[in-house]
This record gives sequence, C-alpha cells and structure tokens, in this order.
Amino acid sequence: MEFLLYFGDVFTPFNFMLLLIGTVGGLILGATPGLSPTMAVALLIPFTFQLEPTQGLILLGAAYTSTVAGGAVSAILLKIPGAPANIATTLDGHTMAQKGKGAQALQLSFLASAVGGIFGVLLLIFLTPLLAKWALAFGPSHLFWLAILGVTIIGSLDSSSVVKGLLSGCIGLWLATIGFDDIMGAQRFIFHSSVSGGINIIPALIGLFAIPQVITMFAKGRTPFDAEVLSVERHPISKAFKEVFSRVRALTIGTITGSIIGLIPGVGGQIAGLVAYDQSRKMSPERDKFGTGHSEGVIAAESANNAMVGPSLVPLLTLSIPGSPTAAVLLGGLLIHGIFPGSDLFDNHPDVAWTFINSMLIGQILMCVFGLYIAGLAARVAQVPNAVMAAVVLGLAVFGSYSVQNSMGDVYIMAALGTGMYFLERFGLSAAPLVLGLILGPIAEANFVQGSMIANATSSIGSYFFTGTLNLLLIAIVVASVGYSIWMELRSRRYITKDDAVAKEEALS
Amino acid sequence: MKNLIAAASIALMGLTGAVSADGHENFPERPIMLMVSYGAGGATDFQARIVTMTAGNEDALGMPIAIINKPGAGGRVGWNWFATQAEADGYTLGAYNIPHFIAQSIEGGVEYGADSFEPIANWGADPAVFVVAADSEFNSMQDVVDYAMANPGGLTFSGAGLFVGHHIAALQLEKAAGVKLAYIPNNAGGAGAMKAVIAGEVLGGVNNLSDAFRARDAGNVKILGVFDNERNEFLPDVPTMKEQGFDIDNASVNFRGVMVPKGTPQPIIDKLAETVPTMFENGRVAGRMKAGGSPMHIMTRDEVIEMWKAREETLRELLAGL
Repeated sequence: MEFLLYFGDVFTPFNFMLLLIGTVGGLILGATPGLSPTMAVALLIPFTFQLEPTQGLILLGAAYTSTVAGGAVSAILLKIPGAPANIATTLDGHTMAQKGKGAQALQLSFLASAVGGIFGVLLLIFLTPLLAKWALAFGPSHLFWLAILGVTIIGSLDSSSVVKGLLSGCIGLWLATIGFDDIMGAQRFIFHSSVSGGINIIPALIGLFAIPQVITMFAKGRTPFDAEVLSVERHPISKAFKEVFSRVRALTIGTITGSIIGLIPGVGGQIAGLVAYDQSRKMSPERDKFGTGHSEGVIAAESANNAMVGPSLVPLLTLSIPGSPTAAVLLGGLLIHGIFPGSDLFDNHPDVAWTFINSMLIGQILMCVFGLYIAGLAARVAQVPNAVMAAVVLGLAVFGSYSVQNSMGDVYIMAALGTGMYFLERFGLSAAPLVLGLILGPIAEANFVQGSMIANATSSIGSYFFTGTLNLLLIAIVVASVGYSIWMELRSRRYITKDDAVAKEEALS
Repeated sequence: MKNLIAAASIALMGLTGAVSADGHENFPERPIMLMVSYGAGGATDFQARIVTMTAGNEDALGMPIAIINKPGAGGRVGWNWFATQAEADGYTLGAYNIPHFIAQSIEGGVEYGADSFEPIANWGADPAVFVVAADSEFNSMQDVVDYAMANPGGLTFSGAGLFVGHHIAALQLEKAAGVKLAYIPNNAGGAGAMKAVIAGEVLGGVNNLSDAFRARDAGNVKILGVFDNERNEFLPDVPTMKEQGFDIDNASVNFRGVMVPKGTPQPIIDKLAETVPTMFENGRVAGRMKAGGSPMHIMTRDEVIEMWKAREETLRELLAGL
C-alpha cells in the first residue's frame, strides 16, 4: 500500500498539468497513423531533459498509457492500426464505424482500455516480484512454442476460410524472412535497397490496412450515385458503460490474456490484442457475429492491449531489462536522469518509482475521460466524403510510413504491400493473418535457432524443446487450439465462393 | 527527395547572400542532423542525444543538432544510407560504432568500409565484459575456461549478435584460451543477451560494461573480467582478461563517435574536428553521461583515424578464420 503515500505527488499543480499534457498529447500522437507508442515516448524524452526525474516520468508514463489507447482511434475510424497492438481493434471496430456506430465503438474501446489498463497497473503495483520470476521463465523454447500458438490462430482469424487465412499467414511469414537475418547475419531476398533492413512492421501495417481501402474509395468515387450520407448514431455514454460491463466474458478474457502475454519479454504487446480477440471469439456463443461489427471484439482487443502496459514494465523495473521496444525507450528516459531501474529501485527512489506508476494509474482514468469526450465528435469522420477521405488517408499513410525511420524506402514498401493486398483481398484473403505471420515469423525463427544452438551445445534438440512443464503446457495449448479449429471447421464447413467474396468486399467497403 | 533538398539548400544559400567564395566561412548556418543507425532509446541513440545537447551553445557549433534514427540490420541500413545517399555538406553527421561497421564491411554485403567515412571525434568507449548469473558457480575467468576445457563446445554464452563487439570479444576469448565455446547470438541485442544470462538460459555472456554495471548493482549478475587493456573506473574491482592470463586487447571495445561522409569539404571537416571534441567536454554532458553509467572517452580526429586503422587490421586477422 506504499504507493498510496505518493499519490499526493501526482496531484501537485505542475505535475498534474504534465499528466494532462501527456495524456492529451499521447491520445493525439497515438491517433496519428505511424506514430507508435514507442516513437511517441521517444519523441517526448528530449522534453524531459529540463524536468525533474519525477516530472519527466509522469509525462512519459501518461504518454505511454494514452498512445496505446489512442491507436484505437485511427484503427476504428480509418482502419489504420496505429501500432501492432491495435490490429485486432480494426476487425470489428472499423466495421462498426462504417455502420455509423463509430461513437459507440470508440466509447467501448476507451472504457475497455481503462478497465484493462487499470488492472494491468494494479498487477504492476501488487505482484511485481512474483511477476518478475514469470517473465524470466520464458526461454527460447517457450517463446518458440508461444509463437507457434500464435500461428495456430492465423487460420481462424479470417472468419471466412481457414485455408485462405493460412495462405495469407504464409505470405506474411515469407515477407518476414526478407532482410538481414538477425542471428546469423545472412542476407535473404534483398532485391532492392529499401528492404535491406527487412520489412518494418509499421509501414507494413499501414500499407496492408489503409491502401486497399484507399483504392476502393477512389474506385467508388467515380460513381455519381455515391451521395449516400452516413448518419452517425449518437450514443450516450451511460449506455456504453452498461454495455462494457455486461460483456464480462470479453472484458475478462481480454484483460487476463493481455496481462499474461504482456509480461513476456519480446512478444507481449504485438500479439496480446489478437490472441485475446481470438480467444474471446472461440468462447463466445455469438462467435458468428465477430468481424461484422460486434462489440465484444472491440472490448476484448482493447482491454488486452492496455492491460499489457503495466506488466510489460515489470522486467524493466525489477531486472533493468526492457521487455519491449517502448520499455527500452523508457529505460533511456530513466538513465538520463541517473536512475537505474533494478530490484532496489523501490528502495532507493520510491518517490520516482511510485509516482511514475501512480501517474499511469491516473493517466488511464484521464485517458478514458478525454476519450469519451472526443468519441462523439471523432466518429463524424465517417461522414467525410469518400474522395476527401481517400486523399487524407493516403496522405497520413505516406507520412506515417516515412516518419518511422525517416526513409522513403518504407514508403515504397507501404505502397507495394498495400497494392498487393488490394488484389489479394479480391481473392478473399485478408490482412490480419498476413500481419500476424509477419510478426510471428521472426519470433519463431530466432527462438528456434537460438534454442537449437543452446540445445546442440548442452543436450539434444528433442529434450530441449519437448521436456519441462512450461514447454509441455504450451504444446498442450497449441494442440488444443489446432484441434478446436479443426473441430469447428468440420462442424460447420463453409466454403467461400467468388460471389461470397464479392459480397463480403461490398459489405466492407 | 535528395534533389529537392539540394535545390532547397541552393535556394537558401542564394537568399542569404552572405556566402563567401568557398561558402564554408560561416558554417554552420542552419541546424545539423546526426544520423544514428540504431533505434531511439538504444545506448547509441541515448548517448548521442546527451553529447549533442549543448551543440546550440555559442562556444560549440552555435546550431542545434537533431538526431535522426535509421535503424535496421544491426546498423547496416543506416550506414549504407550514410555512405551512399547522405549529403556530404557537413550538415549531415553520422554516429559510428567501432568495431561494428568495420567488422560488417570485412564480412561483406554492405556498401561501406572504413574509407567511406571521415571521422570527426570520439565520445565514448564501452568495453565488453564477461558476466555470469549471480548464483553461478563460476567466480573467475579461469573457472569458465576450466569448464570449457572439460566440456568442449558446451559452454553456452550470449552476446548481442554477430560482427559486433561482443562477438569479437567471444572470438578473442576462444583464441586466447584455446578452447571451443558455444557463442549464442541474441536477436534482441544486449538487453536480450543479458536476460538470457539472468534467466539461466545460458551459462554466461558477453555484454556492455554499462549494462552489466547496472545489472550487478541490482544483484543479478557477477562480472568476471573486462575485455580491455586497463581496468575501468566504473568497475575498479574487476580484473582485465590480461590480468587473468588471457592475451586479449581492446579490439572489442565499443567506440562511439561522430563522422561525416567522404567528400565533405576539408574546411568543414577541420572546423568540426576542432569544435566537436570541446563540445563533448562540456561539464553538463559529462555529468549526464556519468549519471547514465556511460563511460566517456574523448578522442580527436587524428586519434580516431589511428584507432580505425589499428582496429581494421586486428579485425581482418580475427575474422579471417570465419
């Protein structure tokens, strides 16, 4: 309960102002496509030079929390996930926005984010020493099986067809091999200097999600009868509250999955949302509604990606090991003020550590309040005419891709992948499984190679990957996940015909 | 894009009108960009931001330096860009990491070598150290080597990847001790390699002195030796490899500094070479670097040229067998 002592520090006028700036700024940065939480925090670090350590961390903590949630805005309204964490949000969120229910989707996403986020920070406050052990428990073999578990959801992520889901997953896995191999330094498929660093996930995300949409909008824009004006439904906040807390299943699955996965160094944030989305669909009686603008999908995805914020800092604060790129940037922010995170951080600098954590807790609530406030206004974006919208999205896509590494190469990658995805979508393939392949490929490969190098030096590959409680548990979950998918597929065999694909495409665009 | 910038800068120069015959008298006339080939928040980026924070002062360059990150492929993406596309006008600086980029150019597959760049000044030197988990049975390098003798190829130890300082240190250790070791490169860099040591996935690891110093403070690791010629002021109690009977020099020390692309006008290089080291010496910079646990090592242009040359020779010899 020590953290309660330091709550006062958060509410001094200057600190609270920083918290407000961090939250509002974070929401805006997060809502801008291409500005991932990592970049937003990195951009703010120079501003903390002039501040006291505590004040600097309040700013960074608030910004981290709200950029993760802010990413949902562009995911829902523009179908551009701001960061990998928001991919799952686009699946139902954007469909809702297209039906005029953007305000509802945004309200749900901010409420779910706040619930997940507060739970995650509370875990950080109360269970840090325990969680630190759990974060270390995942070695190469476990991370490999975890990535395989992620691969098993590729097939079911695209609700129309398992085969097509797997096919686009494979394209993603192949794309992931481009560039210098991280471990051996080998060069693979480098046919142009733009891809020498591999395919960066942010430009890929922007291209795969935004560009097909832009092309569709431009194509539609030519028809003169496209004067339909979407009416954006008003949605009272009290109804959103009721809805979020009546979807207890999705909220619980999202929060718990997000907290557990967020803890695992190196994997966490990127797949938490997708895994939670998939799990809550499998456990929901209304699983057929997922993907068509179902509120459970938004709730599960958003509660998961904010629940991961707190636990993802556990390895950093206790072991001084950044578990995610954002944590690495935060480490830089701490070091610059001469604060070394580690097991004695809470003894040596309790004022800094607890104020930082408290600011994330308060930040979650502020983020939710501001988010709910803007939800109604922001949802009007859906009323913007197609031609204007397409131009704006295209502009944001180019800006977002360029700003990741200040590289035109990333813009080319974005454009090429996006155009390719437009044609793949004609054949009924979808972007989410492809991106999941792109994310999981390197995790699975690097950990397999590392694991087998360790195994060859010590025991044998078989015993390294197939023994040990955690390995066996993960393998069991993998088998269960595959089995469940096969069983569901056999029970309700569905084929997607060309007509279905066209119908689905029209429903989406 | 490049043409656009060129056109814009020509237009700008025309506008100011105060440009002298060679155009370098008043350098710098606009903010300068420093390319860092690693991601924001990494050690190189973090240090680059600190050492350049006083660039705008009158006694330094009088113009601010902005950091641009071009990460990817262990630094190759940024250095490729710097060697082939960066404007050689003095307004585009780059951060170098030795031995990384020299080792990569020897390995091949990149568009740069030591002669593609002109060094300006060095700001830091981060030696590699050998770490083991706090509860490890190893207490000295001799224990480690004894274990490796008894289990040839069975001593697993982590490092931040191939052709980086950690890998060079690993090769030097193998050569000096005459044993076969199992070096496990980590795809998550130094932080990932450190996690592997603390979690007990590997028996030991090579890591950055600055990171190991923090991990030891937190009670997670023991540091058994420094891969440098002398003991480090941050770790006065840790002996060097040479003191423990292994003939290992400072070839793996991670030097960080500033360079410009080949072809930058000589007057500008001279001006930078004169001003930048004094900028690094600023008291505020030193204070921040010390607070961040980052060892400073300021070297002038001539010393860096010397160091690059020496490094290239050692690395060629060391990597020849690979």
